[in-house]
Amino acid sequence: MSIAVPGLVETIEAHGETTLVIDPARIVEACTHLRDAEGYNVLVDLSGVDYLGWASTDVAGYIGTHAGRDLNAEGSQGVQRVPTPKAKRFTVVYHLLRLADEPARLRLEAWLDDGQEIDSVVGVWPSADWNEREAYDLYGIVFRGHPNLVRILMPDDWEGYPLRKDYPLGGEPVRFSGEA
Amino acid sequence: MPATRIYEGTRIPSPCPTILRIDPSAHDLDDILRINFGPNHPSTHGVLRLIVDLDGERVAGIEAVIGYLHTGFEKTMEHKTYWKGITYPERIDYLSFQANELVFVLAIEKLLGLETPEKATWMRMCLAELNRIHSHLVWLGTSALEIGAISMFWYAFRERDTVLDLFEMVTGVRMHTRYFQVGGLAEDIPEGFYAQARALARHMPRAVDDYEGLLDRNKIWLERTKGIGLLSAEDALALGQSGPMLRASGVDWDLRRNMPYLAYDEVDFDVPVYGNGDVYDRYKVHMDEMRTSARIVSQCVTRLEELRGEPWIADDRKVVLPPREELHTSMESLIHHFKIVTEGFRVPEGQVYVAIESARGECGCYLVSDGGPRPWRVKFRAPSFAALQATATCVRDAAVADLVAVAASLDPVMGDVDR
Repeated sequence: MSIAVPGLVETIEAHGETTLVIDPARIVEACTHLRDAEGYNVLVDLSGVDYLGWASTDVAGYIGTHAGRDLNAEGSQGVQRVPTPKAKRFTVVYHLLRLADEPARLRLEAWLDDGQEIDSVVGVWPSADWNEREAYDLYGIVFRGHPNLVRILMPDDWEGYPLRKDYPLGGEPVRFSGEA
Repeated sequence: MPATRIYEGTRIPSPCPTILRIDPSAHDLDDILRINFGPNHPSTHGVLRLIVDLDGERVAGIEAVIGYLHTGFEKTMEHKTYWKGITYPERIDYLSFQANELVFVLAIEKLLGLETPEKATWMRMCLAELNRIHSHLVWLGTSALEIGAISMFWYAFRERDTVLDLFEMVTGVRMHTRYFQVGGLAEDIPEGFYAQARALARHMPRAVDDYEGLLDRNKIWLERTKGIGLLSAEDALALGQSGPMLRASGVDWDLRRNMPYLAYDEVDFDVPVYGNGDVYDRYKVHMDEMRTSARIVSQCVTRLEELRGEPWIADDRKVVLPPREELHTSMESLIHHFKIVTEGFRVPEGQVYVAIESARGECGCYLVSDGGPRPWRVKFRAPSFAALQATATCVRDAAVADLVAVAASLDPVMGDVDR
């Protein structure tokens, strides 16, 4: 499947799924095009992913990749394998659905550095509202132009972004310990 | 596929789609009373909090506040091997546990490229449909209870108990079964299951007739559900709705039929669609789906009876635990068992998104693996999360008493919303 989309960086086919890597600066343009010209009328899901520590072992909570034997690959018993390095730290992942007689799914990826902002797609699909708030809440990704970008799952006064890889498991400050 | 038109234009509050703000031209701001509904209120289906601005009896503004049941499942699962992680998704949507377990297992299998035996596929379908009946029964009982039809609760929970007995017979526990494994099922199907499941499938349509007999001509029930909580097909799609929410708004869409998984293309079933987009139609969709599920269950049982004696889990010793008895005689089996339990099996690098039709709609699992034994990222696409986004659109211009009916009809499971 090849789709001409504004801001397209790369098309990846794997496991029978299509992923389009989109330039984050043109994400709204690309989404509007996919909705209007390609018929992807539903945004089923939007989430962030943190790739900090991908292909290394130095990050809290990261165990496993280094020296990983891919036991399931043909004849690869004992072969050392490290995943392909990633260019930037975060992705925002959009899962689109064409809800029509010929249904199709599509995944969009936009790569971001820490602190880099991306435009909100609430104007394209209203269902992005809470999903973007969730990605902001858990990863600290700022969506420019979101009408109400506040925390959604964590308390309003929470510090830090829990799903980041450098946020430790059990990173919640303990109340009352040592208090008189 | 959107078919019907309930109202012209859109009722999605703009620019913020999930918050209905007071319109100063329609309401006298001095008359507005702001009340806090929930999170600890028996009729909010868990810990949903609604901040409601009331102008007399009418809702002038509303905002749903969630997060009170956020438990960090996704963070925790990044620290567990796949093998151990299967216990977590079941507890996310605790009423639709089998569906959540199924979607996670399917995602792992898709990354592994693992084939499952036919028997496992059919049993997964059978249990997923039994689970849908269970989930709908809890929905029906509690929703009717909240609107005042108390006796409905006892009838719905009578059948729910029969469904849970089946789960107990097959898996040993009544909820959160952890019965689906990567590669197939944990155990073979017990001999008594077939007859009992078939009896339930036969009984269920009659039970649904009973429920409808209690509610369909109940004047109070009709007054409180018809024309309440409107959602048009266009608005439902824009708000990312799925499952019964879509089908009650006239969108003929069911993942089981439109994008089949497991063996849904081999069973015969119909998809109920209603066009008024109100609470009553959502109730009708749930009722019809229980009949449909019972039909699928009986087809699954017929097929499973033919598959007696077949294997129930894939024969891939790098992923699947060896049979218990082999541990006493085979060195290799002991090693595999030890490795899988302690270290966990590794899943090839990549990312997949798998979606199934759970009781509340599209339940999806986005799984990223770096090639290690733990998921790099797991994201569950929660149908309840999407459904609650429609709160502001559905209760627009509603009376305060309808709030409970509308919130219940969205069928939110707060564990699923907050994860």
